[in-house]
Amino acid sequence: MAYPMYEVDWSVLPPEQNRRFNPAFNIATIKQVVNEAIERVAPVSVRMPTPTRLRDLIRQIRAARTAAEERSVVNKECAYIRSTFREEDSVWRCRNIAKLLYIHMLGYPAHFGQLECLKLIASPRFTDKRVGYLGAMLLLDERQDVHLLITNCLKNDLNSNTQFVVGLALCTLGAIASPEMARDLASEVERLIKSPNAYIKKKAALCAFRIIRRVPDLMEMFLPATRSLLTEKNHGVLITGVTLITEMCENSPDTLNHFKKESGQREIVPNLVRILKNLILAGYSPEHDVSGVSDPFLQVKILRLLRILGKNDAEASEAMNDILAQVATNTETSKNVGNTILYETVLSIMDIKSESSLRVLAVNILGRFLLNNDKNIRYVALNTLLRTVHVDTSAVQRHRTTILECLKDPDISIRRRAMELSFALVNGQNIRGMMKELLAFLERSDAEFKAHCSSAVVLAAERYAPSDKWHLDTLFKVLLKAGNYLRDDTVSSTIQIISSAATERQAYGAMRLWTSLEQSAVSGLATEKQPLIQVAAWTIGEYGDLLVSEASSAISMVDEDGVDDFVRPTEEYVIDIYQKLLWSTQLSISTKEFLLLSLAKLSTRFTTQASQEKIRVIIDTFGSHIHIELQQRGVELSQLFRQYGHLRPALLERMPAMEPVAAPHRDEQELDLSDTSPDHTKPDQDALLDLINGSDSLTNGDVEHQPEQIATTNNNTSSNDILDLLSGLDLTPSVPAAAPAVLLANNNVEPSAAPAALLLDGLFAPPATPQPPHPADANERNAAGAEWERAVLERGGVRVCVSARRAAGAAATLTARATSQLHTLTDFLFQAAVPKKIQLDMMSPSGTTLSPQGEITQVLKVTNPTKTPLRLRIRVSYNIDGTPVLEQTEINNFPADLFN
Amino acid sequence: MMQFMLLFSRQGKLRLQKWYVAHPDKLKKKITRELITTVLARKPKMCSFLEWKDVKVVYKRYASLYFCCAMEQEDNELLTLELIHRYVELLDKYLGSVCELDIIFNFEKAYFILDELVLGGELQETSKKNVLKAIAAQDLLQEVSSQDNELV
Repeated sequence: MAYPMYEVDWSVLPPEQNRRFNPAFNIATIKQVVNEAIERVAPVSVRMPTPTRLRDLIRQIRAARTAAEERSVVNKECAYIRSTFREEDSVWRCRNIAKLLYIHMLGYPAHFGQLECLKLIASPRFTDKRVGYLGAMLLLDERQDVHLLITNCLKNDLNSNTQFVVGLALCTLGAIASPEMARDLASEVERLIKSPNAYIKKKAALCAFRIIRRVPDLMEMFLPATRSLLTEKNHGVLITGVTLITEMCENSPDTLNHFKKESGQREIVPNLVRILKNLILAGYSPEHDVSGVSDPFLQVKILRLLRILGKNDAEASEAMNDILAQVATNTETSKNVGNTILYETVLSIMDIKSESSLRVLAVNILGRFLLNNDKNIRYVALNTLLRTVHVDTSAVQRHRTTILECLKDPDISIRRRAMELSFALVNGQNIRGMMKELLAFLERSDAEFKAHCSSAVVLAAERYAPSDKWHLDTLFKVLLKAGNYLRDDTVSSTIQIISSAATERQAYGAMRLWTSLEQSAVSGLATEKQPLIQVAAWTIGEYGDLLVSEASSAISMVDEDGVDDFVRPTEEYVIDIYQKLLWSTQLSISTKEFLLLSLAKLSTRFTTQASQEKIRVIIDTFGSHIHIELQQRGVELSQLFRQYGHLRPALLERMPAMEPVAAPHRDEQELDLSDTSPDHTKPDQDALLDLINGSDSLTNGDVEHQPEQIATTNNNTSSNDILDLLSGLDLTPSVPAAAPAVLLANNNVEPSAAPAALLLDGLFAPPATPQPPHPADANERNAAGAEWERAVLERGGVRVCVSARRAAGAAATLTARATSQLHTLTDFLFQAAVPKKIQLDMMSPSGTTLSPQGEITQVLKVTNPTKTPLRLRIRVSYNIDGTPVLEQTEINNFPADLFN
Repeated sequence: MMQFMLLFSRQGKLRLQKWYVAHPDKLKKKITRELITTVLARKPKMCSFLEWKDVKVVYKRYASLYFCCAMEQEDNELLTLELIHRYVELLDKYLGSVCELDIIFNFEKAYFILDELVLGGELQETSKKNVLKAIAAQDLLQEVSSQDNELV
């Protein structure tokens, strides 16, 4: 609860009498101040006739047939009431306030009655006080500045000789106490707790409860008076005393210990046990009986306090075991009131260090609750099971079937509890069955549950998935069923899982997602399922070749129900569906970005000329799209169908497998059914390696160790790197140098560290940041000293050096430097490949044009978890005066300790 | 602790409101409106509890009137139902076979009774007799103090 600050300045009061209680500030002065304040604004008017009675006003208002009519009656009466207030009519003030309170309840403004309420409170007549305090509780809340006035009124009445006047003041204080009021009146309340009068005592105890809720610092002053409350016989005093102690103990561990250790004549736990025992064993007492149970209100409060006292305290728990068992077995359960007590007892048994037999008893009670016909009892059963599931999971598991049944309850309160409880019960053994129910629940659940439920399903699946295939299937189902309620991170995490799956899983994913995508597109439901469309677009874009290829027919598409609804689409049909989605006006821009890039990728996955052409036409239309982002992508991608067509296949290569953002917490005890095939590879790197492997074998002993050339300053001003190309800003034929760099393909395109770096992010990153050259490297290199360096290629004045440096973990940073002594080289391109077990990330080169005495650097990051000896094949291509040159070599004499 | 209590009719008309937490008037109105709509939309067979914002709403319908309490999470929902029932019994005893109309015309009495039963959001008296005795004594005090006119 947040309570607004008080305003420090209050204009009616002189500053020296500000806010704190002033003994000189008695009722007479209050009246005077109030009256003066009113007279300043209210000119004297004519004397009013006898006002309408409350009863008559209510009749009039009820007789109004329309809202307008009601308004006019109310406005007329309000105007009249205001005028009597102005006139200082003290005889009818009480009646007028009562009417105003009724009007207030109908929703009309009544703040102008606030000061009048204070005047009523200040009146000596009990009727005035009673109505005045009622008005104060309804019209003032603690934000009101008049609180200073009411504080003084209250202080006055708390000292009254009439118990009912004191009672009214305490009641008002309990309802509207602000922190300031609490501080000012705490000592009065403390005095009243010690009053011999039970009527005042109980009210004062609850006032103290409110005061320490507002100002916990004040707790200490109430401690001595509170302790004695438990020795009373009066139930009102007992229940308020227990309430107060409960609040204190919950608030501060120190107070909890205080009550446990030194509570006067008797220790608190035996004392409470005694009171509870007396309640149970005492015969029928008409005064406190509720359907045969003696004072259930007091019993429940005591049970709750026992729970707090027994928590983590073996000795206290021991002292209450017997009474809890007695309550649990002897309470009549045919009525709500008996179940009320049992419910509280079960909570206490589960929370304290109780005996195991008692816990069994408690869980059995909950089992009975769960089968009860009364919805309310079922609700509290679920509620309690949820609170105790962490204490004793296996006991709760026994009721799993019943709990899952509750997911189908028409009542949202029960469904919510059942859902939370079901997720708490999911484990490795029951995941398949539970998930089936929960997915069915997700599909039919209310909108407000979908976000929470889908995230919980994703989490549970990640944690307990019995197999990779099951995990993927579950994610696909969540995508399908949660629609747009799915949280964004699920999209990226699903893509990451697909990306790092085995090839046949990727094909499976593409096929499954295609079915969903196609159905959504055809049925026009794509707008409601944008996360699905995004994941599907990404997957089909990456693995579209597997989708349309007959080669993947071997993959079984039979689902859990034995249905195989997969129909292999033709390339044209896939493109048609993309077109339909891309031209839809309903999909979000980000979904369309996924689709557009995916479509571009498909142009390299699909083989026929007709599909390529079709894709080109669709992409071209985006060149004039109204949305700037999409338009830019459209223009950029269309370039890949024209001038830079030869770059397209390499540029739109498959993404490398993405690293999970956080390691999944797979339960270690779970069986991994190992759907993962052993030849799980990273296709992108193979591609490049194969390319190089396919060429002539290279000699590898020709690397000479030569002194390093003096590193000249980096000079490549053109730095036409790939990002510039894609930025599409200055793509004119006059910049041919830009082109070949693109062949560096994905390794360059994707900043590897970007979280959830979708291809989109990589390609669509702001183009204004070409990787800066690395002048710092030259210095570092000298400073590092321990660095290994070799010249690996030297021909015609062109020289390439590779240096290697250890990095954190099983990784190393390689830097390739190319220098040319005589010629200017254009279209300089550096490529590299490593064995399959080693992962290679290539940074952007510092440039593609190499002038004499200039230098191009290319940084490569090598991760080698298995620490196999590093072999590196490199290929360098460039143009000298328009003549293309291609050279390659292999390096396998890296220092042996490079990865240690 | 009870945060507030509302009494409203099946038509959604507010009949009584008691707030034990401080909210600006505007917020009170908003909460009241939303809660009335939510509760009225529930079917009769559903349970009496509703998790609504950060409070637990416990409500029960008596004839044409809904009694609706907003409790904190730790409070015993079933006990709150007993509390509501106790309040209804007291109104019934005091006003004699209470109906909605009685509460409309005697709303201030309904408040007085509630204030003798609950203080600061917590139950202060578990004996029906004591509550009614206190109310009767105060009514008497009121008559003595104002024989001269029938105020309310």
